[in-house]
Amino acid sequence: MTESVIQAPAPASSIAPVSATPAPVRASALAAFIAMLQRDFRVLRRELAPFAVRILMQPLLFLFVFTYLMPRIGQGAGMVGGTNFATVLLPGLMAVAIMFTGISAVALPLSGEFGITREIDDRVMTPLPVFAVAVEKVCFSTFQSILGALLVIPLVYIIPSAPVHVHVSHWAMFVITLVLAGLVSGALGLAIGSNVQPRQIGLVFSIVVIPITFLGCVYYPWALLWHVRWLQILVLINPIVYISEGLRTALTPEIQHMPPLATLLGLLVSLGVLGTLGMRGFLRRVIS
Amino acid sequence: MVVQIRGLSKVYASGATRVTAVDGIDLDVAQGEIFGLLGPNGAGKTTTISICTTRALPSGGEVVIAGINVVRHPSRARANLGVVPQYNTLDRSLTIFENLYYHCRYFGFSRAKARERSRELLAQFLLLERERAYPSELSGGLQQRVQIARAIAHRPSVLFLDEPSAGLDPQSRIAMWDAVRALRGEGITVVLTTHYMEEADVLCDRVAVVDKGKVLALDAPQQLKKTLGAATVVELRLRDVEAADQLLPLLHALSEVDSAERIEQGVRIFAKETEGLLAKVVLAAEPFGVRDLSIQEPSLETVFIRLTGRELRD
Repeated sequence: MTESVIQAPAPASSIAPVSATPAPVRASALAAFIAMLQRDFRVLRRELAPFAVRILMQPLLFLFVFTYLMPRIGQGAGMVGGTNFATVLLPGLMAVAIMFTGISAVALPLSGEFGITREIDDRVMTPLPVFAVAVEKVCFSTFQSILGALLVIPLVYIIPSAPVHVHVSHWAMFVITLVLAGLVSGALGLAIGSNVQPRQIGLVFSIVVIPITFLGCVYYPWALLWHVRWLQILVLINPIVYISEGLRTALTPEIQHMPPLATLLGLLVSLGVLGTLGMRGFLRRVIS
Repeated sequence: MVVQIRGLSKVYASGATRVTAVDGIDLDVAQGEIFGLLGPNGAGKTTTISICTTRALPSGGEVVIAGINVVRHPSRARANLGVVPQYNTLDRSLTIFENLYYHCRYFGFSRAKARERSRELLAQFLLLERERAYPSELSGGLQQRVQIARAIAHRPSVLFLDEPSAGLDPQSRIAMWDAVRALRGEGITVVLTTHYMEEADVLCDRVAVVDKGKVLALDAPQQLKKTLGAATVVELRLRDVEAADQLLPLLHALSEVDSAERIEQGVRIFAKETEGLLAKVVLAAEPFGVRDLSIQEPSLETVFIRLTGRELRD
C-alpha cells in the first residue's frame, strides 16, 4: 500500500532490482530534491523584502559613504589605479553580497536547525539521501547568492556621484564566476553552519566573515597589493579574492585582474575544501 | 513481522570513555501492533529508535523494517517509516498546512494528491482551524498532533514515537493516546518509547521492559503484571538501617509475604496479598524504628522494580 502512494511515474529502465518493496528510489529521491527546492522558493517568496534588505544594506551604505558622500565633502578615494572608485567597487561589492548571502542562507539557519529546533530532521527523514539534503541547501543558496549579486548592480548606477563604467565583456566568465562563487559561498555556509555551535556563530562573524570581506580584494584589485607583498600572497587563501577578481575580469576588464584560469582554479579549490569540510560536518551532525 | 531487530548494539565512544547504550536487543513487532519500549531515561530506548529510523548507525546487529534493511538502505527505508522525535522538528518557516503539504511532496506525492492528503489529515487531527498558523503559534499539545499527522502523511508501515507524552499536559496526553489508538484502524504499526508506566499499560499491546541497553522482559502488560508484578510492593524506611538484615527472616515468616529484600534505607517487601499485612509488617518492624512506609499496587512500575531493583523514575 505504501509503494503505490510514493510511486512516481518512472521510466521502465530505472526500476530498481526486485526486492521486498520495489521502492522507486531514484524517482523518490529526485522528487524529494525538487520538492525541497520548491519549499525553499516558497519561503523565500514570503521573505523577499527582508532578504533584499539583508543583502543590500551593506553595499548601499558603502556606496553612499565612499562614492557619494566622500567626494562631496572633498575627501579622497576618487581614483584607484587610475579608475573611478565606484567602478572598482562594483565587482567587490557583488562578491561580498554573494558571500554574505551564502552565510545568511545556509550557515545561520543551519546552526539553528541543528541546535535548538532540530528542524533538520524534517528534511533528513525523507527518501532523499542525507548528503543530498546538504547539496540542496548549497544549490538553493547559490541561486540566492546570484540574485543578491545582481541586486547590487542597479545601486552602482544610482548612488555614486561620478558615472560608472560597467559592461559584461566576458559573458562566459561572468556566468561561470557567478555560479562557482555561489557554490563556494554556499559551501562556506555549510562548513560554518554544521561545524560551529549556535552560541559561537556570532564569534565566527568577527573571526571569519569580517576579515575575509575586508581582505578579499573587494575595495582594491589584487594586483595593486604588490605594494604589500606578504599580504598579496596571504590573501590567496581567501575565496572572496577569486570571486572579486573573477567578476572584475568579466565586468571591468580595464582594471588589472588575475588571469582567468587562476581565478577559476582558486574557486574550484575553495569549493573542494569548503565542500568537503561542510559535508563532513553535516553528516556527522545528522547521523550519530 | 514488520519490524525485526536482531542483536542490535550501539557503543558511543568519545575519547577514552565508551558508553554502551544498546547491548544486544532482539525484537519483533507484528503488523498493526502498538508496541512499547518501557524503561528509565538512559535505558537505550531513544538510541534504539534512532537506529530504526536511520538517524544513528548501530555498532552491531541489524534492523529490517517492512522488508528493508535500514542500515544498508536508509533512504529507501525512510519511505516506510514515520517518526515523531522527542523534540519538535516542525518546519518553523511553513504554516501547518504547508508542513503537511511539503512533507507529502518530499515523499513523491503529486501537487493535487499532496493537497488532498493534507486536507484529509487536518480534518482527521482536528487542525482545520489552525491550518494557516505557524508552528510557534500553537500549544505544545497541538504541535505534537501536527507532528503525528506529518509522520503518517506518507502512509508509512511503521510509526515511531519517541517519548510522545513528554512535556504534554494530562489532557493533551489523553488526546494523543486517542490519536495513536485511531492509527490502528489504518493498519499502521506503532512503536513508542516511554518512561511512564501508565502510558505503556493503557496504550500498548505488548511492552518490552528495557534497562541498561537490554530487554529484561517482553509481553502484554497484563501478562507482565501477572507473571512478574503480581506482588504489591511495600517499602519500609527504618531508623536502624544497620539492623535491617535481622528483620528479613521475620518478614519472610509472614504468610502474605512473597519475598523481601534490603534496600538502601530499609527493606522492600513483595506481598501476595495486602489484607491484614500492614499491621503485621509494622509490628515486626517496630523495634527497628519505622520512619516511613509506602505501598504500590501491582503495575508495570512494580514489574520494573522486580526486574531491576530500582524504580522507573530514579
